[in-house]
Amino acid sequence: MSASAEATVLITHEVGLHARPSVKFTKLAKTFSAEVEVALAANGPWFDAKSIVKVMAAKAPKGTLLHIRAKGDGAGEAVGALVELVRRDFDEGADHVRTA
Amino acid sequence: MSGPLRLQGIPASVGYAEGPLFNLDRGDAHYAAKASAVEEEAALQAAIASATDRLAALVETADSEAAGILEFQIAMLEDDALTGPAFVAIPSGMPADMAWRQALDAEIAGYETSDQDYFRARAADMRDIRDRVLRALTDEAESAAPAGAIFYGEDIAPTRFLETDWSAGGGIALRAGSTASHVAMLARSRGVPMVVGLGGAAAPGASPANPAGVALLDAEHGGIVLSPSTAEIEAFRRSSSSFAARRDRAEAYLAKPATTKAGTAVRVQVNIADPSDVDGIDIGTCDGVGLMRTEFLFGRTPPDEETQYRAYRKVMEWAGDKPVTIRTVDAGGDKPVPGFTVAETNPFLGLRGIRLSLARPDIFRVQIRALLRAGAHGNLKVMFPMIAVIDEYDRAAALFKEEQAALAARGIAQKMPPLGIMVEVPSVGIAPEVFAGVAFFSIGSNDLTQYVMAAARDNAAVAHLNSVRHPAVMRLIASVASFGQEQKIPVSLCGDAGGDPAAIPALLEAGLRDLSVAPAQLAMAKAAIADLTV
Repeated sequence: MSASAEATVLITHEVGLHARPSVKFTKLAKTFSAEVEVALAANGPWFDAKSIVKVMAAKAPKGTLLHIRAKGDGAGEAVGALVELVRRDFDEGADHVRTA
Repeated sequence: MSGPLRLQGIPASVGYAEGPLFNLDRGDAHYAAKASAVEEEAALQAAIASATDRLAALVETADSEAAGILEFQIAMLEDDALTGPAFVAIPSGMPADMAWRQALDAEIAGYETSDQDYFRARAADMRDIRDRVLRALTDEAESAAPAGAIFYGEDIAPTRFLETDWSAGGGIALRAGSTASHVAMLARSRGVPMVVGLGGAAAPGASPANPAGVALLDAEHGGIVLSPSTAEIEAFRRSSSSFAARRDRAEAYLAKPATTKAGTAVRVQVNIADPSDVDGIDIGTCDGVGLMRTEFLFGRTPPDEETQYRAYRKVMEWAGDKPVTIRTVDAGGDKPVPGFTVAETNPFLGLRGIRLSLARPDIFRVQIRALLRAGAHGNLKVMFPMIAVIDEYDRAAALFKEEQAALAARGIAQKMPPLGIMVEVPSVGIAPEVFAGVAFFSIGSNDLTQYVMAAARDNAAVAHLNSVRHPAVMRLIASVASFGQEQKIPVSLCGDAGGDPAAIPALLEAGLRDLSVAPAQLAMAKAAIADLTV
């Protein structure tokens, strides 16, 4: 029996799920073997969360309620980790400025 | 091409370069089609891998702004959804270069037609990705620019600038382009000669008379000679060595305080854009930071308080007890920030600078808190861009007081910096007495000139009108300088004119004794000051 999970999270990052945030998002998604998808509405359309081309095509600006779903091994962990990343604002504050 | 061809443009970064012309616009004309689809696929695979490797190597040395752009491009190139359509087209008989161009053009069109500014701006990244792979696909030896080359074309991508090794010389000559572009700023800070606004001519190829395709770039006066004659080459070398001699002589002045022949002391500070700019500057060679721009921090998104605080604090710690003048964000105009600026038909006359900050207090207050906290670490001064009426200054100053009280109530270390204004809008230059309550004036000569002369500074067609030395502009500068002297309000100038040896005599004549210049112009500015009898 294959696992599945689904959650929603509000995008608070200023540029939304684009550019640098989308790089981090897809990189994290790729660390899971489960099939992961995102959508801007509960009824889709769903985009492959491991493809930056598709994630950019979703055009999710700030204030979007992002739907994330996963199917397969580690589906729950995948959704949980991605939700956390969006909640942490993609860790932008921490590494945006080179300190050295 | 017969005979020499001279083109006149605008200097964007002074210096001289003699070298082979490298055509930026030649695209994929040199791709040699392979014998089979399998070989075409392999060629494209290899080109994508090589482009990715080159980007990864660039990330190593890039600052955070550039690294963000590069990492985005790498992620795109690693995505099968981007590269897949090209590999689908190849088995049907399409050569790799055409398949790649077709696949990427379809993707680029999607960005270009977006109704969101942010997405339209990403089209430039996608074109950069497309051309990078096309370059890798055509013979590498042919598409890589030779050492010391002069890059010639419509425009140049920032990544192209970053990946070029400028240690062997070379320069940039653009038919379009802008002296205010990111590449122009990079060129000035690294001392790479650059001219923009050269107009329409396409690059000439090598000819029997000029087999190496050598060109002469005079970025002191803004000209380029394509296919030069022997006599022209000799004359160019004389100008170039005279410039080098002046520059070497200038180096001797770098470590000394700037003083005229008559013994008048002049403060010379530096303009910086990114906190990392100070890494290459010896604080002993300047009198502080006369202008720290903050737009770069706002590159793709308004940064949070901590990010800003760390950036400001880094520069203040570098400066020690010397002053650091930070300008609050001057977004809008030609510097859009997604999620902050608004689209306007006439952005230079619209919601930019302090107008935008006051319209978006949520974002402005974050910057104010970061500045107040940074103020506790040194000699900070803060100035507001685009002030037109005193009410704007009063409102901004009131926000500083509110945020200071809030930080103090939370027990957070902070210090109120002196608050000054930029003199860019002619209303300030014409009636400085209205602004008698500000802590200091800083003349932004670039914007002041464009507003007095009604000539956009990013438009090559009206560049001849854009002269700071026009009597109308100089009169406003002199009026602010003398008002400051009467009222004991410090006045400095932080526009490009401050670092221009041709403009410095007039600026000192107008009464200025405090200039802020690009780091690469520090030595020449001091040398020019030493020549004057003011």
